[in-house]
This record gives sequence, C-alpha cells and structure tokens, in this order.
Amino acid sequence: MTKGGFIQRDRAWHPPAYAPGYKTSVTRAPGRPLISMPTTLSEETGPVFGRDMLGPRDNDLILNFARDGEAAIGERIIVHGRVTDEHGRGVPNALIEVWQANAGGRYRHRKDGYLAPLDPNFGGCGRMVTDAEGRYEFRTVKPGPYPWPNGVNDWRPSHIHFSLFGSGFAQRLISQMYFEGDPLIWQCPIVRTIPSDAAVERLIAAQDMTATIPMDALAYRFDIVLRGRRQTLFETRKEGL
Amino acid sequence: MTRRPDTLKETPSQTAGPYVHIGCTPNFLGNTGIYPEDLGARMVNDRTRGERITITGTVWDGTGTALRDALVEIWQADADGLYPSPEETRGAADPDFAGFGRSGCDWETGAFTFATVKPGRVPYPDGRLQAPHVTVWIAARGINTGLHTRMYFADEADANAEDPVLARIEHRNRVPSLLAQPEGNGVYRFDIRLQGDHETVFFDM
Ligand SMILES: [Fe+3]
Repeated sequence: MTKGGFIQRDRAWHPPAYAPGYKTSVTRAPGRPLISMPTTLSEETGPVFGRDMLGPRDNDLILNFARDGEAAIGERIIVHGRVTDEHGRGVPNALIEVWQANAGGRYRHRKDGYLAPLDPNFGGCGRMVTDAEGRYEFRTVKPGPYPWPNGVNDWRPSHIHFSLFGSGFAQRLISQMYFEGDPLIWQCPIVRTIPSDAAVERLIAAQDMTATIPMDALAYRFDIVLRGRRQTLFETRKEGL
Repeated sequence: MTRRPDTLKETPSQTAGPYVHIGCTPNFLGNTGIYPEDLGARMVNDRTRGERITITGTVWDGTGTALRDALVEIWQADADGLYPSPEETRGAADPDFAGFGRSGCDWETGAFTFATVKPGRVPYPDGRLQAPHVTVWIAARGINTGLHTRMYFADEADANAEDPVLARIEHRNRVPSLLAQPEGNGVYRFDIRLQGDHETVFFDM
C-alpha cells in the first residue's frame, strides 16, 4: 500500500467559521466557500521538532516559570493521553504546545485585565513531543474559569489550549480541552460553536484515577485524533513521485 | 455528519483565542525564561542557500481593521523545491533551512514578518510543477478553525499561469488575492483579507 494524501476534513463536524453566538467570529469568518484541493507535497510534509529542542521542564507548568524552591499555586494535575490519526494509529513525534490561565482564571498576557491576580510562579505554557506510540503527558495546575466580553455574563469553563503538529502541515490543529463535570462547558458560546454534542464530548477530559499520583496530583486523560492519510493500493500518481 | 467505516473522527477545532501567544510565541509576548527562543523565529542562517526574501503583511477583518492578535505560520520548500521533512522522499533539503516560520502580529500595526528564501518549485500529485508558493496558516481569536491559504509571487507570471492549484479557482478575479507583491529589496507584501470584496482565497485540502 502506498501512502496517499490526507483524508478530507469533515467540515460539518468542526465549528463553522461564522458562529454569531461567538461575536468575534462574525467579522473574521470568510464569507466565500473554501476552495477544495487535493493535498500536495506542500501539505503532506511538515516540520518535525525533535526532543533535543525540549528543556527538562517544558512539560512541567508547575515549575517551569517558578522561582527556585517555589511552585505554582492550585490543584495539581497530570494531563495525559494519546495522539492517533483517524485510523487509530499512534502519531509519534507530534509537537504539542499548551497554554492556560492560572488557578484563579488569569492569563499571563498583556491583554488580560481580569481582576484575579497573577501567580508569580506560573507562566502558563508548556510543550512536549509524543513518544513512539503517540503518548504524551504534562503536569500543571487546574486552570480557573474566567469571564470574557461576549454576552454580558459569559464565562469560559476551565480549559487548556492545545496546539498540535502531526507529520503533515495539513494536520495542523488548535483546540481546547475541558474538564469532566464542569457545568460551564454547556453554557459557553465558544464550546457551542461546535455543532454536535458528540463532538463537544471529545474535548472533555475524563478524570483518570489510574494515573493520579497519591498525595500529590489528580489526573485527566485527553486523547486527540489528527487527520489520517488515505491508504490505497491504487494511486494515480506518476511513477517516482 | 458523514460516517466512514473504521475511522475515528478528528478532534474538533476550537479558536486559538486572544492569548495564543502565551503558548506559541511566549518570548514575543515578553514571557521570557521558559523557552530559549520562540518556535519558528529563525528560518535561515548565514549558510542557507537561495535568494533571501522578506514576507510581510497584515491580516484584515471584515471591517477593515488589522488583526493584532493573530498567529501566522508558514511552511515552504527550500530554494531547490525540497521540504525539510521526513515525508520528503525526493532528496535532502538544505540543512540550513527550517522551512517553518511562525510570527505574531505587531501589537500596534498588526504586521507579521518572515525572513526566508524564495522557494523552488514542487510537483503536484500528477507530476506537473506548481509555481513557487508558501503555505500559510492563520489562527486567531474569532477564527474557529485555522485557515489554510497559499502565497504565490506576483513576479512569477509564467509559473503562476500553469499552476494546478491556482487553476482550480473558478472566479479568476480572486487569484490576485494570493499574489504577494514585490516591493523591492527582496520584500514581498502579502495581505490577508478574511472578508469582503477582496477576500483572500482559503483552501479546504
Ligand atoms: Fe482561554
């Protein structure tokens, strides 16, 4: 079997560009249909980021911005899971970048003026590369919910932002992870840009008692699926390509 | 929702939000000390082969306002048309070229900038050569799924005329939205318009 191009994205599963409940999308949504094209080498290749780029604390948000001997404040958690493609095969060497608010719901960002205080020991970013089976894990504090200007009283549920690179640039994905049992999930206009409840459920990490560290940290499991490549015996490509 | 046998559904996308810089360009934001440098900050070095160019532009919303919170990424072949990727099977790309660039937008003007080289030509799946192009991906608050587009070079008229991807664009008056304009000294301007009469062509691939 030869490796084909990427399977087309199911646009009805992803949030539409124009989703008026999320007001900012109204002026930032393309108004014309996307032009369809097959993936080419330009989208089937992609950058690879090796483990040698990573620092020892890149996946430890509790310590990677903290002063020596100090630590970020909040509920200590492990987030782990597996990155696979649409065929269920692990995606090795995928770069995952995460960012989040601190335990009080405040971001370390020039644009965030929420009255909750900054934690001097929390930067809010981390990164890691998946192993040979596509597994990843990082340690952090559970982010707090925060209010945001959209409706007069809209709140984001606790969430962690995820950015992923697979083996091909067509797999590029940014999404958000939510926490099982949070009632704010179903009221959030950004969550609600996603058309189906089944798709939303895919972004809700389950508490995972098997991965907790006793007397230390709770754990959540979040599995991620990136686009897969067509698998075919018959490709119409010319020889040698 | 279509169902495909024996396949999982892709993880649904969500907006990058206004704070994407914390995770993707922390040094640009001023959150230093976590990573030595931002990913995609340096595409070339002194030894990189090819014609040096600078790509700069602005992302505009439907009201004509510059996005100052967007993240723009590019992926391109080296000067010989080879990708620095394990998926590249035609040969070894220039080891001094990264291929991947990432830029935040200027906090005041919204300008993004990449110092890179002009890419060589890359074949389409059927073997025809594509015109020199750069793959561009845009994520921002208010963009629910990252937008894929391509930047071509306005001064490559002959190659552009035979490019198989540009040929797919039925409304020919939209093609110029993908052409970066040379401004001299190797600078190419590529403005991205999310909406309106001159809306950039975005791709579903
Ligand atoms: Fe957020």
